[in-house]
Amino acid sequence: MNCDLLIIGAGPAGMAAAITARQAGISVVVADENPAVGGQVYRSVETGPLVQSDLLGADYSSGRELAEVFAASGAQHQSGTTVFMIERTQTHGFTIGLATSERARMVEARHVLIATGALERPCPIPGWTLPGVMTAGAAQTLLKSSAIAPEGPTILAGSGPLLSVLAAQYARAGVKLAAVLDTTPRGNWLKALPHLPGFLMSPYLLKGLKLLREVMSAHRIIRHVSALEAVGEGQLSGVSVVASGRTFMIPATTLLLHQGVVPQVNLAMASGVAHVWSEARLAFEPALAPDGETTVPGLFIAGDSAGIGGAQAAQARGLLAGLAILDRIDPATRASRQTQRSRAEASLARSLRGRAFLDALYRPAPQFRMPADDVIICRCEDVTAGDVRRLIARGTQGPNQMKAFTRAGMGPCQGRSCGLTLTELFAKQTGRSPQQVGHLRLRAPVKPITVGQMAGLADAEQRD
Amino acid sequence: MAGQSRCGNDCDIAVIGGGVVGLSVAYGLASRGLAVTLLDEGDVAYRASRGNFALVWVQGKGIDLPDYARWTMGSAAAWKNFAETLRRDSGIDLALEQRGGLMACLSERELEDRTAQMSRLHNAAPDCANVETLDHRQIKELLPEIGPDVVGGTFCRHDGHVNALRLFGALHEACLRRGIAYRPNAPVEALVQMANGFRIATPSGEIRARRLVLAAGLGNAKLAPLVGLAAPVRPQRGQVMVTEKLAPFLKFPLGTIRQTDEGGVMLGDSKEEVGFDTGSSHQVLGTIAAHAVKVFPLLAGAQIVRSWGALRVMSPDGYPIYDRSVSCPGAYLVTCHSGVTLAAAHASTIAEAIATDIWPDAIAAFSARRFGDVPAAA
Amino acid sequence: MFRRLLEPSRQVTIFVNGQALIAAVGDTVAAALLLTGNTRFRHTAKSNSPRGPYCGMGVCFDCLVTINGEPNRQACLALVQEGMEIMTGAAAPKLAAYKRA
Repeated sequence: MNCDLLIIGAGPAGMAAAITARQAGISVVVADENPAVGGQVYRSVETGPLVQSDLLGADYSSGRELAEVFAASGAQHQSGTTVFMIERTQTHGFTIGLATSERARMVEARHVLIATGALERPCPIPGWTLPGVMTAGAAQTLLKSSAIAPEGPTILAGSGPLLSVLAAQYARAGVKLAAVLDTTPRGNWLKALPHLPGFLMSPYLLKGLKLLREVMSAHRIIRHVSALEAVGEGQLSGVSVVASGRTFMIPATTLLLHQGVVPQVNLAMASGVAHVWSEARLAFEPALAPDGETTVPGLFIAGDSAGIGGAQAAQARGLLAGLAILDRIDPATRASRQTQRSRAEASLARSLRGRAFLDALYRPAPQFRMPADDVIICRCEDVTAGDVRRLIARGTQGPNQMKAFTRAGMGPCQGRSCGLTLTELFAKQTGRSPQQVGHLRLRAPVKPITVGQMAGLADAEQRD
Repeated sequence: MAGQSRCGNDCDIAVIGGGVVGLSVAYGLASRGLAVTLLDEGDVAYRASRGNFALVWVQGKGIDLPDYARWTMGSAAAWKNFAETLRRDSGIDLALEQRGGLMACLSERELEDRTAQMSRLHNAAPDCANVETLDHRQIKELLPEIGPDVVGGTFCRHDGHVNALRLFGALHEACLRRGIAYRPNAPVEALVQMANGFRIATPSGEIRARRLVLAAGLGNAKLAPLVGLAAPVRPQRGQVMVTEKLAPFLKFPLGTIRQTDEGGVMLGDSKEEVGFDTGSSHQVLGTIAAHAVKVFPLLAGAQIVRSWGALRVMSPDGYPIYDRSVSCPGAYLVTCHSGVTLAAAHASTIAEAIATDIWPDAIAAFSARRFGDVPAAA
Repeated sequence: MFRRLLEPSRQVTIFVNGQALIAAVGDTVAAALLLTGNTRFRHTAKSNSPRGPYCGMGVCFDCLVTINGEPNRQACLALVQEGMEIMTGAAAPKLAAYKRA
């Protein structure tokens, strides 16, 4: 199953890139670990139970058209397929490891586009490992894919656009939340002010105001929340809140946390792509050329894994990456793609307008990123912030040595739930920048495959 | 106690290398009352201490050098006390188990060769490890999950394993508690012998030490000639995988498959001459996995959660190098690729030899002079 | 606790810890379990503490359950299928739990 272009992720960026590349007739394979296209933002957009309803909003519905064009593009969509490694071959191409629940195999591609999107920033508060605590994104996924909503006292807590989006979607569905706890720090408004002009010209302003009205009319909103603790014995029973200096408890069976989203870095870092810390967005982002090419020639990144920009920006970046890959394959016809390129660049600029304001406004407070000593930061191996701080004080140099000493980052999630926290804890305590501290070294397989599947790779003839 | 006094820029002895080898020697030196400064590199470095297979292993070692068979055997025998002392000094349990170890063979030919090697070793060093040859049925009695492709194997009751990451952390903690001055992020930039010791330049400042131990692993190759020593070591890559945590099923380690005390099953380990490349490759990982599935077919269903490549520190004959400098008195060299197995010996015999500057017969055979064309050493 | 906003159009029967349950085609295993009020999917091997779905998108590995005898499968990524057998509450699996591949 060798191909000209292998795309990882069938969200807006991956689909747009595939559609673009297929215009020139090159062979495209799109691997995605989910059962259907859409990524997270357009999850279940083709066949989900709510696609006929306006409950999820107009932005969601716009994903349907993209999915339809993608389905007709001739790109080969491999659903339920995890990409666990990317290796460079001797001949300026790549060997990519694909796994389904049945088997793993290596395929070859001349170009690779990583469009694996974002994941939610870790929310290490006391009790966040209790059953009943999940992310707002997880709850929204349940809503999109199965029309499922929480029942019983439910609290939505944190900061960021998704908080309002989900609260509004619940409002439309008649789901009343026990409370929306807004952890956006007061001072953020002031810091966001210089970016206001861009925001005023962006589509976010009107959307945001409309959402806010919906949320405020349906739910009780508590602002200026400075501390959260999930409480319960083996199961969530309530949330302890500090807001505007007052401490109180709200009973809850479900707590939905959110502190914004950050790029998924595991596959790219494991493939050798250099990343750079963004102080504005408090995350590592791949170092990219304007057309999306990484520091590994022939390997591109588009969509939120290139830097958080939302669905429209992802689609534009996907299109641009698709065009850039066609340029590599057929440089002679580059000029013929200029109109498309200009249009995509304009669209990208338009959709990124206003992001700086959102980044500044929704910058999570330090206590929600670097918690108190007794709070678990590595969910897989039960490592606390205190374990880490104690060893930093003992001279431990960085995340990788910390991993050896505490096992933080060694579990099956491979640092996805603690990597940023580790870097920030080091930076804070040692006075170095997160860029200097660096990230856990990530390696293939970036998602677990079985020993049997790995054994099958030894035989090069397995390739097809 | 002298060991309690931290020494900063000026110390009795500087140990260069913050891996298991350097820490073991430093720990032994500090336990003998010396004021030790330990220089270590940063977070990203070639660290066999983070990537090794964690065996405390005897069988098959020293086939061409009976002194090494004895040396290994001695360290393995000292491990129980070493682990206990280290637990007291660090508060960290190392999960040492010495209930034997098995090399599984997948063909009659392999088993014959292996048996012949073991008896050759036994003839050369009869006082050392006793290795039995087991057939499939005997192995199956010990390990019911063994696969039908395993025709037999060699078993040595002196073999064992440890949690090597906890060994690494425990040595670190014990060294700090013993008053060692730990200098992280301090790769050696220059090394000069002065009238009264050594001057060591690092990005984190300069250190003066009356004496000096080079325990910098692959870094020793460049450092040793600066003080009249030779460390002809090269990297040899080993790739390892670890599975999700399983309920305990392996009573003792195999040479390339072991279950950690935490439950994960480690699968190793390749021997690749690829220079300083610590990456991994699907062909090698696949070969390792295929072997593991032949030995324990049920493992095929277990999920691999991580893999890594790490570099062994190999001398031309694979044996350690222990030396002291003639031209630069007070400079010592300690390097090997079995830093876990030999940790007990490094913390005792080697530390004692360096502390007293009396070189015992047991380590005389490990001078780099055995490689011939190298600078003269004591 | 979770509930459905819409009645599912197509149903399947699954077995959760031996008990028959109706789920909807298109549900993930995680969704089907959450609808029964079950949020405690597994116990950690390290501290034996209960865990349930957290990220809902294959990232955190906290929603692991045994599906048709295969331990530690991500419930948030697997779709329910007719007759599927799901076991929750497990910690570290036994080697014998792995079917011969």
